[in-house]
Amino acid sequence: MASAFKPLKDTRHEAAVFRGRALAGFLIIMVCLIGLAVRFAYLQVARHDELALRSDSNRIVTRPLAPARGLIYDRNGVLLADNVAAFRLEVTPEQVKDMDSMLDRLAEIVPFSDDDLARFNALRRSKHAYESIPLRLKLSEEEIARFAVNRWAFPGVDVVPYLTRAYPLGEEFAHVVGYVARIDENDLARLDKGDYAGTTHVGKTGIERYYEDKLHGEPGYEQVEVNADHRPMRVLEPRIAPKPGANLYLTIDAHLQEAAEAAFEGRAGAAIAVDPRNGEVLAMVSVPSFDPNAFVNGIASADYRLLLANPDKPLMNRALRGGYAPGSTMKPFMALAGLELGLRKPGDTVLSVGEFHIPGVQRAFRDDKRGGHGRVDLVQAIAQSVNTYFYSLAYDMGIDRLSTFMAKLGFGQPTGIDLVGESAGVLPSQEWKRARFNEPFYPGETVIAGIGQGYWVVTPLQLAQAVAIVAARGVPHPLHLLRAIQPSIDSKPVRVEPPPAKPSVIKNPDDWRWVQKGMVEVVNSGTARGINENFPYQIAGKTGTAERYSRTTEEWTSISDSPIERHQVLFEAFAPADDARIAVIVALEAGRSGAHDAAPIARKILDAWLPGDQEAQMQRGNAGAVAAAEQAGRR
Amino acid sequence: MLDALIASLRYRLTAAIRKPRLDLPLLGGLALLMAVGLVTLYSASDLDRGTVLAQALRFLLGLLLMLIIARVPPLMLRNWTPWLYAGSVLLLVAVALLGEGRGAHRWLDLGVVRFQPSELLKLTMPMMVAWYLNGRPLPPGWLTLAAVGLLIAIPVGLIAEQPDLGTALLIAASGAFGVFLSGLAWWRIGLLLGAFVAAIPVGWHFLHDYQKNRVLTLLDPEADPLGNGWHIIQSQIAVGSGGVWGKGWHHGTQSRLEFLPEHTTDFIFSVFAEEWGLIGVLMLLALYAFIIARCLWIAANAKDTYSRLLAGAISMALFVYVVVNGGMITGLLPVVGVPLPLVSYGGTSAVSLLAGFGVLMSIHAHRKVLAT
Repeated sequence: MASAFKPLKDTRHEAAVFRGRALAGFLIIMVCLIGLAVRFAYLQVARHDELALRSDSNRIVTRPLAPARGLIYDRNGVLLADNVAAFRLEVTPEQVKDMDSMLDRLAEIVPFSDDDLARFNALRRSKHAYESIPLRLKLSEEEIARFAVNRWAFPGVDVVPYLTRAYPLGEEFAHVVGYVARIDENDLARLDKGDYAGTTHVGKTGIERYYEDKLHGEPGYEQVEVNADHRPMRVLEPRIAPKPGANLYLTIDAHLQEAAEAAFEGRAGAAIAVDPRNGEVLAMVSVPSFDPNAFVNGIASADYRLLLANPDKPLMNRALRGGYAPGSTMKPFMALAGLELGLRKPGDTVLSVGEFHIPGVQRAFRDDKRGGHGRVDLVQAIAQSVNTYFYSLAYDMGIDRLSTFMAKLGFGQPTGIDLVGESAGVLPSQEWKRARFNEPFYPGETVIAGIGQGYWVVTPLQLAQAVAIVAARGVPHPLHLLRAIQPSIDSKPVRVEPPPAKPSVIKNPDDWRWVQKGMVEVVNSGTARGINENFPYQIAGKTGTAERYSRTTEEWTSISDSPIERHQVLFEAFAPADDARIAVIVALEAGRSGAHDAAPIARKILDAWLPGDQEAQMQRGNAGAVAAAEQAGRR
Repeated sequence: MLDALIASLRYRLTAAIRKPRLDLPLLGGLALLMAVGLVTLYSASDLDRGTVLAQALRFLLGLLLMLIIARVPPLMLRNWTPWLYAGSVLLLVAVALLGEGRGAHRWLDLGVVRFQPSELLKLTMPMMVAWYLNGRPLPPGWLTLAAVGLLIAIPVGLIAEQPDLGTALLIAASGAFGVFLSGLAWWRIGLLLGAFVAAIPVGWHFLHDYQKNRVLTLLDPEADPLGNGWHIIQSQIAVGSGGVWGKGWHHGTQSRLEFLPEHTTDFIFSVFAEEWGLIGVLMLLALYAFIIARCLWIAANAKDTYSRLLAGAISMALFVYVVVNGGMITGLLPVVGVPLPLVSYGGTSAVSLLAGFGVLMSIHAHRKVLAT
């Protein structure tokens, strides 16, 4: 085969050369394989920790678990805010091929509103396509059944159970308990993102808002293994269970609240009942009210507009924010100030002739009775609500001493009750007027301030506080709504220490005696006589009737002739008069007079609290309360 | 003629089964490797028996082919070589004209099976180089080198045009190993390597954009972690998170949760490294080293130049597969479609590899026959 012209092949030599090359090749191969092994060792040993971490962060997603919100009870364990199981419709956009046509088809099976759709689309923009987004909350059983039948046609749409807030007593407690609603952008700004990562709802008003930190609880976490498409595959251990929020027991008594609300018969106004011995608010009513349940899962905007447009303002908490002219309800406080400041002795009399004049001034300040009440002392002045007595007292006192004393009763500042959004009202004073109008305080303004008119603006809550202070013989007990906390299911409800009482505003106990006598006479022989009939205890009270609209002329008009709608009417009371266990304020937006319209409501509130089961109430009020609350907590 | 061929095939098949002429150490190494491959594949396919069964059937087919080829004397192979080479190059031309495949034209549809003619070259290329060098005085001079260069360049150019640069380079390498083993002077090797390195910047301009991207991605995978860098990053995470001892069989989260793409084919080594750790990797590399060493030993004991060069080139090509695949999954080399021999899922690769080992078995069996 090999031709003579080609160089001869030396097979033996070639084999030797090959062996050399094969050895060299094998050495190169070994060097490369060892190099590869070093690279593996570098990744698997030197960079193991880093890459293992990245492997875990690839697959492990930490999912927050929302804690169950604490429940809210009244003082006896009546449930006011509950968590109930509900179902919602959730859509995972990633799994839906044609969202628009799917939603069109879905709407025929489970109807949803434009609001739902708008919220859904807003959430869709801010979330990943693999995250499920709620479309419709609170499905009815019929809707769930209807969807279940058609479920095969809707990949990526699921019915998901969740806990939603429910307020079994609805309107009755809307202004006290408030409501929760979905977290919005404003809430996000003030809430801790970590704590609220899994939470959808937050307290918006009332107790739900004020005690949000106690009610919310602590979120738990679970780790979920996901695949590369972010689809959850399984839940990993360990799982940190969420810690439910604390259950709250309010000072409110649901029966009293119910009685108070019923007493209004739908008329706009507010009522507050307080235990003057400790500042516990027993009832707090603002009429009209609204259904808080409508807000929890998003109120339809049409319904919301309707609430806003209602002239009676059902969304406003009148007890907390309503501004009233206190009128004659100020008179007992003025009398107390006169005695305490040494300006009047109980026996000092003033002649009421129907008009009061500041010396040297033409303008007349009227009594409510043509021709006046004649000569009256302090008790009669309160009982008959004699303006002249208090005009002259205020004139003698001067605005500075008046406002200083009234500030001690809490006027002109929020009471500090555990609710959000309380108004401060207006306490007339030189400083206030300077700041508000940049004008001095005129003597005529001081005179009418003495009968609770003029610049005065008080909230029912402030008035209730002042009455309670008088009922407690001058000792202010700060108003509060929280009575006991149950931190967790395994623990018993623990009484919350009431805020400490402040020093008494009354230096001389006899002063209180005379004022109380005046208030007792209001009920027995004065403006509100008859209100104590068939009541087992002595009531002390005071009426108030203030003009709703300012009078433009000085022409004197008899109150009895005026239309009902012209006055704001008030009644304040406490009972038993000597050893008060309840203080009440009733404010009606419109009425004939405090005695005619407000006092009967106050009487109904007293009826619901003091007689009959009074001993039982006392029992529960002290030793039994914790036991009752505990019993309620177990349900 | 046809009857004679069929009769001869039937004879060889029955003979191969009755009296296999096999090198037992090599066969043992291959069997172990295939077992590792199937076990890893079972995990990587998330316990899909169908996949494993399909792969096992391919192994069987490959082993059968190996048995048959092992019966063919190297002399006969040598005589067929030019025709086999010419046939496979013609198929490459056919692919260029009528081929199909996603993006690249690599596949030829023969009605019954679709296959990649480039796989044939993995065998016919070293055969052709060995055949040519066998007839030339060795060590080769420049003229011989130029002729061999042409034999290599024609199919490699066609494959690179498909484009399948990875396979093209592997096939070029298998040809080059023949030249290297034939005793090409070291200084000539140095010159050629120098020229190759100098040509890299020029070659860069001929690369497709996606090929450039793969190289650039290798240099900085984190620049596009969800796109081009995904394969490299996820593969390194899989390997590194395996640590020394591994996560355990079927506990590799990177593959099971589909973070690792191509985890049954090109990136199956990452799955293995993740689940068996550095210990497993070292043992697997040692197994490959053993197989390569055994192949080279067979080559060194072959009695003629053709057999020696062919056996040597095939064994060294095997090593290139392992190093390129290993380098790719550990982020040393760009992502090229190179499977891990006998472990990656895929038909043609397993069959052509086993056919190559069949050639080695034949050379081993006929080592005592003196060649002309």
